[in-house]
Amino acid sequence: MPNIQKLKNLSGQAHIVGVGESNKLGKVPEKSPLTHHSEAAINALNDAGLQLSDVDALFTAGWSTLDVAEYLGIQPRYTDSTSVGGSSFVIHVAHALAAIAAGYCEVALITHGQSGRSDRSPIPRNPGTPMAQFEAPYGILGPPVSYAMAARRYMHQYGEDRTRQAMAEIAVSTRKWANLNPMAYFYDKETTFDDYHDSRWVAWPFHLLDCCLVTDAGAAIVITTPERARDAKNGSVKILGAGEGHDHSGISQMPDLTSAFGRYTGPQALEMAGVTHSDIDLAMVYDSFTYTVLVSLENLGFCGPGEGPDFVADQRTAPAGDFPLNTNGGGLSYTHPGMYGIFTVVEAARQLRGQAGERQLDNCDLAVAHGTGGLLSSTGTVVLGAN
Amino acid sequence: MTNTTPKPQPLPQPETDRYWDGLKNEEIWLQRSKTTGKYQFYPREISIHDPASGAEGIEWVKVSGNAELFTFAIVHIAPHMGFVGDVPYITALVQLEEDVIVPTNIVGVDPEPENLQIGMALKPVFEHHEDGQTLLKFEPA
Repeated sequence: MPNIQKLKNLSGQAHIVGVGESNKLGKVPEKSPLTHHSEAAINALNDAGLQLSDVDALFTAGWSTLDVAEYLGIQPRYTDSTSVGGSSFVIHVAHALAAIAAGYCEVALITHGQSGRSDRSPIPRNPGTPMAQFEAPYGILGPPVSYAMAARRYMHQYGEDRTRQAMAEIAVSTRKWANLNPMAYFYDKETTFDDYHDSRWVAWPFHLLDCCLVTDAGAAIVITTPERARDAKNGSVKILGAGEGHDHSGISQMPDLTSAFGRYTGPQALEMAGVTHSDIDLAMVYDSFTYTVLVSLENLGFCGPGEGPDFVADQRTAPAGDFPLNTNGGGLSYTHPGMYGIFTVVEAARQLRGQAGERQLDNCDLAVAHGTGGLLSSTGTVVLGAN
Repeated sequence: MTNTTPKPQPLPQPETDRYWDGLKNEEIWLQRSKTTGKYQFYPREISIHDPASGAEGIEWVKVSGNAELFTFAIVHIAPHMGFVGDVPYITALVQLEEDVIVPTNIVGVDPEPENLQIGMALKPVFEHHEDGQTLLKFEPA
């Protein structure tokens, strides 16, 4: 079990000093996934005032660090390809904290790049995995179908109408945030409740507007020691708490369809950081689907099981609401190349450094970034603090 | 243009051959822990209920396939080219009498939410394919 006393000593022992996206997000057929990695890496290093030659640790998911390091032309002394879905990059932040504190490295680079929309390569599938044997032949393939079955079970337990209303609230409030982010795919497009309810079915109970975007995009994060962070060009953000884990791979093996692993990683990250829910100014919660947000808020402990629909009611999570959530516009309306988790950390860092433009929160000193990966399979949570 | 992409086919592994071979004969074989009496799905060469009992701690048991609907979705946009001709179709997780969850399709009802109640009784349907595979689907009992 995690040793919380040791983790408390680790709190704050590394800082995020740079974040960035690739140069163009959305529909980008002219660029490969590795180009999204490299562009984002350079942009994040520029943000930090560092060079690729400063990097001595590389973290990525989806791709092997072997491929990404070779493409970038670097020779890392610490390497981590932990790949457990879109939460991986949040987990990498915690791994970088531990590696830097232990002395393995000083400048960690986390990169992500994926052409979810335009990739020329087919998705490789191993037909012998349990999921491929027991789920895929029945058309239980890809995230929407699996998450939809989890959401239907939640509706059964906690009420269909109030769950539906909550999902609509999240779709609409997240779009309002996107309307404040020029980088967002739907920056110029508003969404009403009627738009939500009128959108076509993808996998009932999911409307199209319950589902994240599928885009081409990349992002990167640079993390270093507190000492080197003093020289950061645009300020730094403390990594205060973290948790990670998973409890299944395929959706049919999920122990409880209404409770993902954030039930452990959220409380652990907060306890390690020495903070409580009411201290949190911003929640960046991976929104692969509206349902993912609903269940994650409960798992993280912002509200109890089944209370999510009341928690997000009346556009509480929209701009000017009292619970800022996914202020970049989320995977639902900003960008979602397939493994979105890194963008939760990018936006949290921007808000904590006061660099979020029109959508900047007035008081943002503590943020939670929470990634969910696979089919509600894995989660990674970090608590970040302004410096 | 006619879509000819095949559906993904299960590729049985040594520890799952018995399950798939059973379906061909319209029999459902599950693994049970000898020490705890608890069932597991899918087949493994380890008991998740009593790992210390080893591979010898597992026995195969033929079961009825009587089940209840645990949850479902109605797929309108095919997640794979092989299912383009099937939408809308019902995916489901069903709970067998032996307290295991099995991923499947519900057949024999129109794919509308009002036709599907969580907890409804289901019985197995064995769907034999030309390539020799048999899939285990369910219909209202």
